[in-house]
Amino acid sequence: MHMITQGKQKWAGLRGNRQLENEKQRAIRIGKSWLFKLVRFTLIAGISYVILGPMIGIVANSFFSNADKYSPIVYLIPQAPTLERYRLAIMRMDYWNVLLNMLVYVGVVTILQVLVCSLVGYGFARFHFPFKNLAFACVVIMIVIPSHSVMLPLYMTFQNFNPLGIVGLFNGGRGLNLLTTPYPMVIMTLFGSGLRSGLYIYIFTQFFRGLPKEIEEAAEIDGAGTAYTYLRIMMPNAMPAVITVAIFSLVWQYNDTFFARLFLISPDIVLSKKITSLQASISNLDRILDPSISMLYVYAGIVLMIIPIIALYVLLQKRFIEGVERSGIVG
Amino acid sequence: MRISHKKKLTGLLFISPFLVGFVAFYLRSLIQTVQFSISDVTLGQGAGFTLSFAGLRHYIFAMSAHGSFRQDLTVSILDMMIDVPLIIFLSLFMALLLNQQFKGRTMARAIFFLPVILNSEAIAAAISMARAMMMGGMSPMAADIVEASTSGSVNIGYYLYMLRELALPAGLLDYVVGAVTRINYIITASGVQLVIFIAALQSISPAMYEVAKIEGATSYETFWKVTFPLVLPLIVTNIVYTVVDSFTRSQVVELSYRTIFEFHNYPLGSVISLVSMLLVCTLLFFVSSAISKRTHYHN
Repeated sequence: MHMITQGKQKWAGLRGNRQLENEKQRAIRIGKSWLFKLVRFTLIAGISYVILGPMIGIVANSFFSNADKYSPIVYLIPQAPTLERYRLAIMRMDYWNVLLNMLVYVGVVTILQVLVCSLVGYGFARFHFPFKNLAFACVVIMIVIPSHSVMLPLYMTFQNFNPLGIVGLFNGGRGLNLLTTPYPMVIMTLFGSGLRSGLYIYIFTQFFRGLPKEIEEAAEIDGAGTAYTYLRIMMPNAMPAVITVAIFSLVWQYNDTFFARLFLISPDIVLSKKITSLQASISNLDRILDPSISMLYVYAGIVLMIIPIIALYVLLQKRFIEGVERSGIVG
Repeated sequence: MRISHKKKLTGLLFISPFLVGFVAFYLRSLIQTVQFSISDVTLGQGAGFTLSFAGLRHYIFAMSAHGSFRQDLTVSILDMMIDVPLIIFLSLFMALLLNQQFKGRTMARAIFFLPVILNSEAIAAAISMARAMMMGGMSPMAADIVEASTSGSVNIGYYLYMLRELALPAGLLDYVVGAVTRINYIITASGVQLVIFIAALQSISPAMYEVAKIEGATSYETFWKVTFPLVLPLIVTNIVYTVVDSFTRSQVVELSYRTIFEFHNYPLGSVISLVSMLLVCTLLFFVSSAISKRTHYHN
């Protein structure tokens, strides 16, 4: 009996103890924040794994030798790593030439995208003209209706390219066949209807809208013309949007297969087409008929294809993220 | 010439490349697609062809007699309905995670943005083709399932059976299982959405959060009363983007591509394109107008 009363008194004393109470609260708070950090870390690690998992597998497999592929104890780290996959993949894909062609093609298209879309975006953001809302609705239509829905007429347009009959005048009444060349893509980009141009125009419009008008007014009073204002004053201010659009355009054009397939663009210009046919050419030309071995070459080809993009991303990553945060994507 | 007139002209000049391109490539193509869909096309020499009016015959054929059109259309739309909400939730969630301050945030961001740049159909196609070759022509989808159920010692089917025995609604279970098996696709497809949401979160003024904190709002309340309403307009943008993106990869688009370029059935291919496009547009219209009603815009 005595023990119990003593215990109760002690307990009451403890409950009244402010310091202990504070310590307890603090411990709970710290525990909670640790738990939260743990959950956050687990989630981020898990999602990162889902994203990186296939890539890790592909990179590891591309170094496997034949023995590694069939060894049951080899997982991710090869016992006898080999560069043979890369050697043959580079040869069969004609890698360096195709990569160079591809970079030139993608680079030209990207520069055009940035120039044309910023021009159009500036027009929408700063000038008032009749039917402006209707024209902007057209931009939205272009975002919502993908080119996939109108592929047949596009194909035909460039199979017999004869705008307003002008080309026909020099070519005996017949249009030019631009298929298999990269020109259809360049022409479409030049007229603001290339790969996802609608989205880029939208981004630029929103960004220019967000810039203060005073900059241009000052320039105008100082005697700058419209072209000068746009090129030398607005564009430097629009760097975040330019970087965002440039990276999106570069990457999407590089990865694009739809237009490459639709316009039958030659595999000598488009790396992704080489990848698709890599396994077939390796099994036919080099008589490597075991599919799980020829698959290793495809893995090497995939690594070769994404290396330039990864390099670019690592270089521009910081500016890209800043650009995204400051660009007009959100309006 | 008055200055205002000159300004109008300059504005038109600025957007003229787009106008020309839109009319020459989009509008004209749309009209031609409609034209093809209601005509019989006879191919001539070279790029030549002649059209003769056929009425709605091709539409009726596609809807009633075509082997796989209706099925492909339904599957594509259903896939979209499963994927879109998941992608939106996941990307918003990831954006909220990445928007906090913690060690290694830069690296986490770099990894999370990777899907944007690795989103290549060519790579996916090469892998699935190689896999199909390895499985002896079995479809890659089936290969995935076989791989998932044989690798490791976990028998997923058994757990599914158990959950079903617990009388969980079959529809819900299917949805969750479907989501889990597609997690790879869903995470890789939410790159751009994540970028957009992060940009949106960054643009919310810190003063808002300060006010909420002073008024004594918990972080749960802050999310629903401050963050969510402010990113709601971007949810519409993201839904539009996601729907269009998943439409361009859907089976219907593939079907119309094959109909046109492999079977050279131009009218039927055009019908498939048009019907699927209209369906997606109406869907988008209803969803975005339903959300826009609840949205508060600043300007």
